[in-house]
Amino acid sequence: MTVASPGARARPLSPHVLQWRWHATMAMSIFTRVTGGAAYVGMFLVGGWALALASGQEAYEAYMNLLGSLPGKVVLFGFTVAIFLHMGGGLRHLLWDLGKGYAKGEATASAWGAMAFAVVASMAVWTIAALTGAL
Amino acid sequence: MSANPKTGVYRTPLGRARGLGSAKSGVGRFIGERVTAVALLFLVTWGVWSALTLARGGFDGAIHWLGSPVNAVLLLLLAIVGFYHMQIGMTVIIEDYIGKPVTKALLLIANAFVCWGAMALTVVCILKIALMGGGS
Repeated sequence: MTVASPGARARPLSPHVLQWRWHATMAMSIFTRVTGGAAYVGMFLVGGWALALASGQEAYEAYMNLLGSLPGKVVLFGFTVAIFLHMGGGLRHLLWDLGKGYAKGEATASAWGAMAFAVVASMAVWTIAALTGAL
Repeated sequence: MSANPKTGVYRTPLGRARGLGSAKSGVGRFIGERVTAVALLFLVTWGVWSALTLARGGFDGAIHWLGSPVNAVLLLLLAIVGFYHMQIGMTVIIEDYIGKPVTKALLLIANAFVCWGAMALTVVCILKIALMGGGS
């Protein structure tokens, strides 16, 4: 922080970065980037799956037991949410690239839509997993 | 300011004096990020759906699944396009938040190594199973 020079007139300050009221478009902007980072980490689980499978039955079963444990399932559920939130955020970006969806009401609606999509899609995938005995 | 057909109205006088303009590169990465995003819409949806099948098939089921050329090719594409999209996305994040040139360069290099290394390893693992089966 810099100290104002003596005699300087008090200048208006912009609000601190943490002082913004959260709103849907801001949240989705942040979520898209954060879930991109989360999916970055999660993708190594996919690479790890291929490596375990190529390493033989013993390695594969150990890897799948790890993913099937409770902490493993929590991570996988988070990965699922991250993928679908990032996908929803990415779809909004593709829409914007087409020059559409910039109006304030539309941007807010698509932000909520992306979040709703992530929740519904994640629940659907894990419900199907439970129903088909994949868990 | 009148519109100059050569420099346009958006160039500031200082910018014109310095001869600075756009970097004249970078559009390729912008487009690449979007093309990979469109591809991943389909590949990731297929991947999540496949994971549900693979989760209950065990080792033999997974080997059999990857023996199908369609599954092998789609998983290869998911790995190649996915890790490339990851590299581009993390590059944007690093460039946004890291100001120190050396730190930024090191992180960008590490990001490239990690993404391309993981991509190569995953591709070889997929090909090994797809072409040689599960026998080790």
